Amino acid sequence: MVCVLILAAAAGAVAAFLILRIWVVLRSRDFTPRESLSILVVAGSGGHTTEILRLLGSLSNAYSPRHYVIADTDEMSANKINSFELDRADRDPSNMYTKYYIHRIPRSREVRQSWPSTVFTTLHSMWLSFPLIHQVKPDLVLCNGPGTCVPICVSALLLGILGIKKVIIVYVESICRVETLSLSGKILFHLSDYFIVQWPALKEKYPQSVYLGRIV
Amino acid sequence: MKCVFVTVGTTSFDDLIACVSAPDSLQKIESLGYNRLILQIGRGTVVPEPFSTESFTLDVYRYKDSLREDIQKADLVISHAGAGSCLEALEKGKPLVVVINEKLMNNHQLELAKQLHKEGHLFYCTCSTLPGLLQSMDLSTLKCYPPGQPEKFSAFLDKVVGLQK
Repeated sequence: MVCVLILAAAAGAVAAFLILRIWVVLRSRDFTPRESLSILVVAGSGGHTTEILRLLGSLSNAYSPRHYVIADTDEMSANKINSFELDRADRDPSNMYTKYYIHRIPRSREVRQSWPSTVFTTLHSMWLSFPLIHQVKPDLVLCNGPGTCVPICVSALLLGILGIKKVIIVYVESICRVETLSLSGKILFHLSDYFIVQWPALKEKYPQSVYLGRIV
Repeated sequence: MKCVFVTVGTTSFDDLIACVSAPDSLQKIESLGYNRLILQIGRGTVVPEPFSTESFTLDVYRYKDSLREDIQKADLVISHAGAGSCLEALEKGKPLVVVINEKLMNNHQLELAKQLHKEGHLFYCTCSTLPGLLQSMDLSTLKCYPPGQPEKFSAFLDKVVGLQK
């Protein structure tokens, strides 16, 4: 009887501690000045990759090294990323930071995949995302909506919760989203440090989001 | 040579390809003054047979590294509602007709097409209403599309992550 009570108390304490850690990690803002930061970019298929590369194109070389995460079945994104990085290196030969990496993880969900099976594939992606995030330990994660980004962002959050590293999570909702958020957006709205929307209707619905106009 | 470029990006949109390559659609497109139709079919399973006559040419392919050239030489772009395809066409100043794929989950692409239509930058329709729209639309009413400003994103991010200027 006493054992059960002790176990219950221990479980309660762990739960409370975790909740406190989650709250602290979600609230903390890292404003220390720095000269560079490593960035992990989640590239979804098709337009998602196009949009995120446009955003990356505007960022200076201080955002290096760049780690890209793509779905293992997505060769098109790999090609676009390689072109993008080559172009970048061409335009600035003096640039020392031309190192970039492409990592592949299983897709959380295929287009039109049923929602129940999506739970399983997402958990599987989560299982594989955490070791990747743990190995890379990026300063910042940038993503814009494909299902692939949810396990990545949750893993990044977990790094903070476990006290290993606080990772800044930046989510930019796709320009396709004018009135409603994507499912990834709805989930990551609560978990990201900066949630950027591109249309005024979304800013109205989600006042805590950041609205900079159309940025792609 | 007036050219129509049809693109489905990285997706599969058999209904659109079938619709636009049907004999009466081809006739309509030719009657509107176009003599070349290029179909970029992506992952689709409908693969029309390319042909070339004196008055009309039909080209078909799945992917190219960049659609820039084909968009550049087009006088009209008919596209699926993917953001990448739409923005590329609009940024090149091409008249754009967006066809909504009614078989997509949640049909989130419809939001963007509606918004850009509201702002006067494109026309949109479904496969079944495309022939009617092609007949009736007035491309001269379309307004120029101001490009997005990613520099606002970089300025914002530089500030919040504490990067030194």
